[in-house]
Amino acid sequence: MTTTAEPHSLLTTPEVSGLGHSRKRVEDARFIEGRGNYVDDIVLPGMLYMAIHRSPLAHARILSIDTSEAAAMEGVIAVVTGELLAGYNLAWMPTLSGDTQAVLATDKVRFQGQEIAAVIATDRYIAQDAADKILVEYEELEPIVTPQRSLEQDAPLIRDDKEGQTNNQCYTWESGDKEGTDAAFAGADKIVSLDTFYPRSHPAPLETCGIVADVNSATGQATLYMTSQAPHAHRTVFALVAGLPEQNIRIVSPDIGGGFGNKVPVYPGYVVATAASLVIGKPVKWVETRTENLISTGFGRDYHMHGELAVTRDGKILGLRVDMLSDQGAFFSDAQPTKFRAGLFHIVTGSYDYPVAHVTTRGAYTNKAPGGVAYRCSFRVTEASYMIERLVQNAAYELGMDPAEFRMKNFIKKDQFPYLSPTGFVYDSGDYEGAMKLALEMVGYDEIQKEKEQARGEGRLVGIGLASFTEVVGAGHGDDYDILGLRMFDSAELRVHPTGKAILKLGVRSQGQGHETTFAQIVAEELGIPASDIKVVEGDTDNTPYGLGTYASRSTPVAGAATAVIARKLRDKAKKIAAHLLEASEDDLEWEVGKFSVKGDPESSVTIQDVAFAAYTDVGEGIEPGLEGVHYYDPPNMTYPFGTYAVVVDVDPGTGQWKVRRMVAVDDCGVRINPMVVEGQIHGGLTEGFAMSSMQHITFDEQGNCIGSNFLDYLIPTAWETPRFELGATVTPSPHHPIGAKGVGESATVGSPAAFVNAVIDALWPLGVHNIDMPVSADRVWAAMEEAKS
Amino acid sequence: MNVTVNINGAERTADVEPRLLLTDFIRGTLGLTGTHMGCDTTSCGVCTVLLDGVPVKSCTVFAVQANGRSITTVEGLKQNGQLSPIQQAFHQEHGLQCGFCTPAMMLVGTALLEENPNPSEDEIRWAISGNLCRCTGYMNIVKSIQAAAAMKSEEVSA
Repeated sequence: MTTTAEPHSLLTTPEVSGLGHSRKRVEDARFIEGRGNYVDDIVLPGMLYMAIHRSPLAHARILSIDTSEAAAMEGVIAVVTGELLAGYNLAWMPTLSGDTQAVLATDKVRFQGQEIAAVIATDRYIAQDAADKILVEYEELEPIVTPQRSLEQDAPLIRDDKEGQTNNQCYTWESGDKEGTDAAFAGADKIVSLDTFYPRSHPAPLETCGIVADVNSATGQATLYMTSQAPHAHRTVFALVAGLPEQNIRIVSPDIGGGFGNKVPVYPGYVVATAASLVIGKPVKWVETRTENLISTGFGRDYHMHGELAVTRDGKILGLRVDMLSDQGAFFSDAQPTKFRAGLFHIVTGSYDYPVAHVTTRGAYTNKAPGGVAYRCSFRVTEASYMIERLVQNAAYELGMDPAEFRMKNFIKKDQFPYLSPTGFVYDSGDYEGAMKLALEMVGYDEIQKEKEQARGEGRLVGIGLASFTEVVGAGHGDDYDILGLRMFDSAELRVHPTGKAILKLGVRSQGQGHETTFAQIVAEELGIPASDIKVVEGDTDNTPYGLGTYASRSTPVAGAATAVIARKLRDKAKKIAAHLLEASEDDLEWEVGKFSVKGDPESSVTIQDVAFAAYTDVGEGIEPGLEGVHYYDPPNMTYPFGTYAVVVDVDPGTGQWKVRRMVAVDDCGVRINPMVVEGQIHGGLTEGFAMSSMQHITFDEQGNCIGSNFLDYLIPTAWETPRFELGATVTPSPHHPIGAKGVGESATVGSPAAFVNAVIDALWPLGVHNIDMPVSADRVWAAMEEAKS
Repeated sequence: MNVTVNINGAERTADVEPRLLLTDFIRGTLGLTGTHMGCDTTSCGVCTVLLDGVPVKSCTVFAVQANGRSITTVEGLKQNGQLSPIQQAFHQEHGLQCGFCTPAMMLVGTALLEENPNPSEDEIRWAISGNLCRCTGYMNIVKSIQAAAAMKSEEVSA
């Protein structure tokens, strides 16, 4: 890895492994022996299996549902329909965006794959067989498969279940200054515009979603083993939806085989399995097939965007105007903060300094699966970053400027932070020029530019694409950011035991990010207890403090901060106990990692382990025994990771195929807790960015049939297609985060799609190709080249 | 139907439905949950096991087809209580994140190194191209297999 910044100066030894150590992961031990414990690995005595009957049609009225043949099959215990659930007031449930969603359809089906009935049986195969025997009679209605058609006056009403809903509009939302922006555009030398569609995609973690619901009819205790990125929030939702007393609901989120936003919402299958367990009195397991996962659970993106940039002749940006139309599917179930109907899309002003912007957004219901999850991104930041980075690239070409120079000219400068953006974000810190310079140097920008010219003479097409993204992660503060009213804080509980070993319990839930390794390092840094002496516990609502969960890169910014703060609080208490042990005044003590000593008398010292033992054995007069505490951290602001990505591609002029020759990624996520883990996160994020730019998308035919319902049609890159990545780093700490960290799990997915597409467009611009929407597949490239010729 | 397999060195027999998939036989009947199910269509490869030493995607093999054959799953990689080179290497090189594809990746890597003890990066990428990973971008999986190859060649020369 290349870096211009001083690495975090290591305060701890490798044995202690505080911040900055590439500590090997503790969670690996169970996974490399096949001893992980995922939801589908859980088997309980008497457990039954559930399978769901789904709609083959995208839009139809249900005339009748005949479950008799299914119910009569040997091994079938029960068939659940929406009518039955209605008896428990569970036929509908709230979504995370305050809409309602059918648990099992009763009136109409509104997308292909919608849940209609569920079979509970003694065996998974029998359950699936029986689900196929359910007969539903339909009256077909016009399927609405685009948001444009959806908003036409004569389009049939999709959400006729909602009182007062007279059209298919789902929301409108705007941000920024319309008049100021209009004035800026009126005074511009040039207006550069771009229409682009960020297609529907799916997070598709390799483990699908699932639940084992175990409701004990004698005690009323409901233990729900769920693929959940947010177990505490889910417990509250279950309490509200199912009317179960919250103290009797225990959500256990065991090992999770990847989440990427897919495991944030509450899905109908979870609710039905829980209701079935409640009624039958036995544990019920439901695990999606891949097709169910792709056609019915949380998709990402599906934004149609129009952007305009007002610029001066010499390349200064004056303002930005963006209009966005989103395809929400049948139910508005974006997982996002309540106040923001299009997530944090208004971060679309990007890494550049200009006074005004105006962003308008509309959402439309369509006959497609609901979702709108933050697919490896902080609430629509990926779409925003793509829009602005494609737009500035095209603006540079239209002005005849070099895209790197154009960006440099317009960057928010290092000394402008904290920076108030035109749409109201307060960027905490940044050094955009620093990241850009390092990326250009690593990729050999000037040499590539020279080669491009030469290549063209030889009939080859070479392109270099840049993206200088700014992300916004780590929601709240709770005054502005909440989900269903729950403030977006997070928590950490730290217990230091008498022998100096510790347990750290968190409200977040890792899905592969390595929290068990890295969060122990935060405590190690603050208390000097070796990370290997600290166990990290997550994912069990009975045993961890309340938190909003892991998504939108919020674990390190929020729960990481909570961890540092509680460790510091315990260190303050430890100091009092140390003063007692050393018979000195607290003011006379000084701390160095792992021990307190008397100023000027370094021989008089006690280790943190000595203090921990004393906390339970000899705590001193007037001091509360024990060395434990919990902290709930409501962040003062979000954090703003950034970076510059540079991609070099070779495009085949004959076939339109393109190949990534170089991919350089310079990330600045503030202080890096564990550089090895950070780099692993970036590798994964870049791969998903490459996937979306080159192959991954979910489409529908005119009847609303989902094209992309399995991994043969929904393409995910293998090791063969995936480019090699070269990483670089700069370090600009977050000024308000206790350890200066910003969060990194999603930066690469947010930043990289534009870099890949910009590279292809850079190669094709001289031919007259100005845009190709993702996925930029060979056939689309070829078609664009042909069209430009004619 | 009766199926007898040698799994990770132990003989096991069970009476199963003819349509039972090998994945469900291994996970459900035999209780070895290190083998996973990810796509049902032989695309993702998380269900990969070694059948007579050859990687197969067990979601599209019937249990009865494994009758009389030998199966290695992730649970069988340890030898004499010691982690195998490939297991050590995945830990050392950060070759896993969520862990869901890991057992299959390690088995494919094991089979590759049996056949080709010193593979090039392209040969490794080709060998694992039937197995998807959503977390790592494959960079460190490739490094892990390279590191395991180096460990094994050291073992041989020692």
